[in-house]
Amino acid sequence: MSLIFAIFTPILIALLIPFLFKRVPKIHTGWFVLIVPVALVSFYATYLPSIMSGSTYIDELPWIPSLGISFISYIDGLSLLFSLLITGIGSLVVLYSIFYLDKKKEKLGNFYVYLLIFMTAMLGVVQSDHLISLYFFWELTSISSFLLIGYWYTRDGSRFGALKSMMITVFGGLMMLGGFLILGILGDTFSIRELIAQTTTLATHDLFVWALVLVLLGAFTKSAQFPFYIWLPDAMEAPTPVSAYLHSATMVKAGLYLVARFTPIFAVSEVWVWLVTGVGIVTLLWGSFFAVKQTDLKAILAFSTVSQLGLIMSLLGIGSIAYHVSGDLVTTYTFATFAAIFHLINHATFKGSLFMIAGIVDHETGTRDIRKLGGLMSLMPVSFTIALIGSLSMAGVPLFNGFLSKEMFLDATLSLQHFNLYAMDTWGILIPIIAWVASVFTFVYSLYFVFHTFRGKYKPEQLPKKAHEAPLGMLVSPGILATLVIVIFFVPNFLGNTFVKPAVVAIQPLTYAVPADVGFTIKAWHGFDSIALYMTLGIFLVGFVLYKLLPKWTAIYQAIPSKLSLNKMYDGLMNFADHGTNRISSLYMTGSIRSYLLYMFAAIIMLLASTLWIKDAFVISFDNLAPIRFFEILISIILVVGTLTILFTKSRLTAIIALGAVGYTVALFFIIFKAPDLALTQLVIETVSVALFLGAFYYLPKLNKHEKGKEDRGFRLGNFIIALGVGVMVTLIAISSHSQKLVPSISQYYKDTVYSEAGGGNIVNVILVDYRGFDTLFEISVLTIASLGIIGMITVRLAKKKGDRKIENK
Amino acid sequence: MKTNDLIIQTTTKVVFFIIFLFSIHIFFAGHYTPGGGFVGGLLMSSAIVLLLLAFDLKTVQEMLPINYTILTAIGLLISLATAAGSIFFNVPFFTHVYDYFYIPLLGETSIHTAMFFDTGVYLVVVGVTMTIIQMIGGDE
Repeated sequence: MSLIFAIFTPILIALLIPFLFKRVPKIHTGWFVLIVPVALVSFYATYLPSIMSGSTYIDELPWIPSLGISFISYIDGLSLLFSLLITGIGSLVVLYSIFYLDKKKEKLGNFYVYLLIFMTAMLGVVQSDHLISLYFFWELTSISSFLLIGYWYTRDGSRFGALKSMMITVFGGLMMLGGFLILGILGDTFSIRELIAQTTTLATHDLFVWALVLVLLGAFTKSAQFPFYIWLPDAMEAPTPVSAYLHSATMVKAGLYLVARFTPIFAVSEVWVWLVTGVGIVTLLWGSFFAVKQTDLKAILAFSTVSQLGLIMSLLGIGSIAYHVSGDLVTTYTFATFAAIFHLINHATFKGSLFMIAGIVDHETGTRDIRKLGGLMSLMPVSFTIALIGSLSMAGVPLFNGFLSKEMFLDATLSLQHFNLYAMDTWGILIPIIAWVASVFTFVYSLYFVFHTFRGKYKPEQLPKKAHEAPLGMLVSPGILATLVIVIFFVPNFLGNTFVKPAVVAIQPLTYAVPADVGFTIKAWHGFDSIALYMTLGIFLVGFVLYKLLPKWTAIYQAIPSKLSLNKMYDGLMNFADHGTNRISSLYMTGSIRSYLLYMFAAIIMLLASTLWIKDAFVISFDNLAPIRFFEILISIILVVGTLTILFTKSRLTAIIALGAVGYTVALFFIIFKAPDLALTQLVIETVSVALFLGAFYYLPKLNKHEKGKEDRGFRLGNFIIALGVGVMVTLIAISSHSQKLVPSISQYYKDTVYSEAGGGNIVNVILVDYRGFDTLFEISVLTIASLGIIGMITVRLAKKKGDRKIENK
Repeated sequence: MKTNDLIIQTTTKVVFFIIFLFSIHIFFAGHYTPGGGFVGGLLMSSAIVLLLLAFDLKTVQEMLPINYTILTAIGLLISLATAAGSIFFNVPFFTHVYDYFYIPLLGETSIHTAMFFDTGVYLVVVGVTMTIIQMIGGDE
């Protein structure tokens, strides 16, 4: 129970935050919040030794037992690593936010509640073994990140960024849900562990690839992969602690987690291998290329995050090749998985610290625009040192952990030569080349980030504030992360053994049983025969030259038309969704009842006529027809003449009288067809309604009010066709339904029992009050309602008139 | 307002009762011959309309001081109560019963609960038609 409880701890503590914020205004609320991640990180750390030895933990809380849905917390190497990242970086971010956010100016209660909800959601995502609860937490991360990005909700940019990230990640989340449901139906279980066990049977199913693509859509949108990365740069409107936490270390890695977690299920498919690798490598290049263009500190970091996530994604893709090869090659490719997890940790350290430094620069100078910054090195020496460490690690320079993971990355891309799908003599050669080019750009933007901010000329006149070093408390968190960057370089294998190997076992369960089996060691020096070494040297050389020549070639960014950018496409899509659909609906929602009647009648004709056609139901049978008598012909002729008079008359009075004539003729029909009750009622009702028509007649406008003196309704071909269609259709249906009676009438029963059972003689009346009195009860209710409605309409109108008069009198 | 309508007023005084009696007849006869609550009610209201035509709204209101809205409500209640009464005898909603009774003046007569229901219908129809006609006629 303790594992499930640990997931929900942050959200439960979040309930207390508003009280603390209101009741204890003197102490920064962040100090209370800080206890939660610190306690959790020490809680999860206690699991480390046994996870390292290869055991796993599971804990279950039934949620909807009748549907088999429960919260299952499954702790293995992968989920423990992520849990430690979430709570560890979370502690540092909370500490940083205490100094970053002002306790008087900011709504801290909101901030920490959202942050704690987010923490629960992330822990839930990485620990859930049940697909539905995984999806539940997944959407909770989308919602809480939406709230956090829009934290300064009075700014347009924040709201725009929040909405954009929400749209894209929820789109992906819903796609992912589809994938989960397919998986759950195929495997007849929603447990990830049980699905892994039956992966070979799953792969034979037709829908398997669909599930794969849908789940990947969820992962790609969350992890800001190409082309869904566009929300991440706009999410930089969030407070910097949020950017550091969500958009560098945790939430954007949820997609990576998902890919890693589902690798044992999906990696048997080649579609998975090339999708994950391909999208990752494209994202890597795209992100690193556009990072150099940015002028906003956080935007550089956002594109850098996109690019680094692409790097990890492609490594995970290469790692899944291990499922397609055998022998020694298996370890060659699982090395890529090892590299991916290692870089994931490294990225969290240096990107977290860089974001915090960007926040410090923003906080202390008042701007994040790199064109206004410069020369801060001597003013902010500590921040500069930390930024330098982070940037050089990001660039992949020795003495920092980024170097190790970059070398491993290059090695992994080179290892693709052993795999048929990416053989070096085909287009597979592109991957190492792209990786190398992207690394060059990474090198360029890393130098650009740190040196354009801290070196060069100090421009105090452009800065809103006078620059000075940040308070100590704000420097603690980035300082710790920067220290880790260096420490990891010197003792990489400690990290490898403790965190990376158990995670690799979780991703590659077929190859390794326990972490001790994973035989990789991380070396800073590979020897002179390593191709990666020369590639790295090339990166440094070309990167340095490009950096020096930066102003000369940035013009190429202007060459790309802005209309083709993905952001413009997104805006266009949203614009279409907003205005386009509005335009479409205003095309047919004309507001004219005439049009709506036209649609309805046309639809009725089409539906019924096509049904008659498809079912071949039209039958004419002359059996069972009564002989036609003289009176019937006579009355019918009167009826037709009356109806035509209504249609073609030019005066309304004539139409009313003709309508009355039609009504009395119908009464005559009732008489000759032996329905005296109906005839009586029809006569009286017709009289009353004609009288009402005549009463209303005086007040009605002329039939054609547009042309004075000419009371002609005009002729509309469309109306004529529709009217003709309805008439013909009803006639056809009447004829065919009369021609093929399937069941005999039940009226014999009434005839037999009207006296014996109901004690009456008039069948019609007995049916009305006895057999089917229920109908009559509600018919008289209808009459009552109609009369009350008329009272309402007339008295309300009278009251209005009186009110108007009162106003006029004044 | 009405100046020279002595003939119609005199005729109405006679004809009203004839129509009224016919309406009652057709109502009671409904169970065995054409007629019933609906037609009966309509005839009754046409008799009152005749009064309205011969005299004016106020005079008729003084002659027959009936609130037709309440009449409608009473009719609806009678119908509903007849239908619901069967519940108390543990039979389904809307079960009718009839029997023969000896009634002074009329002799042996059948009394049918359906007739009570029809009475409700009759009253509702009179109430509704008169409400509508009065409302529209009284409107300026």
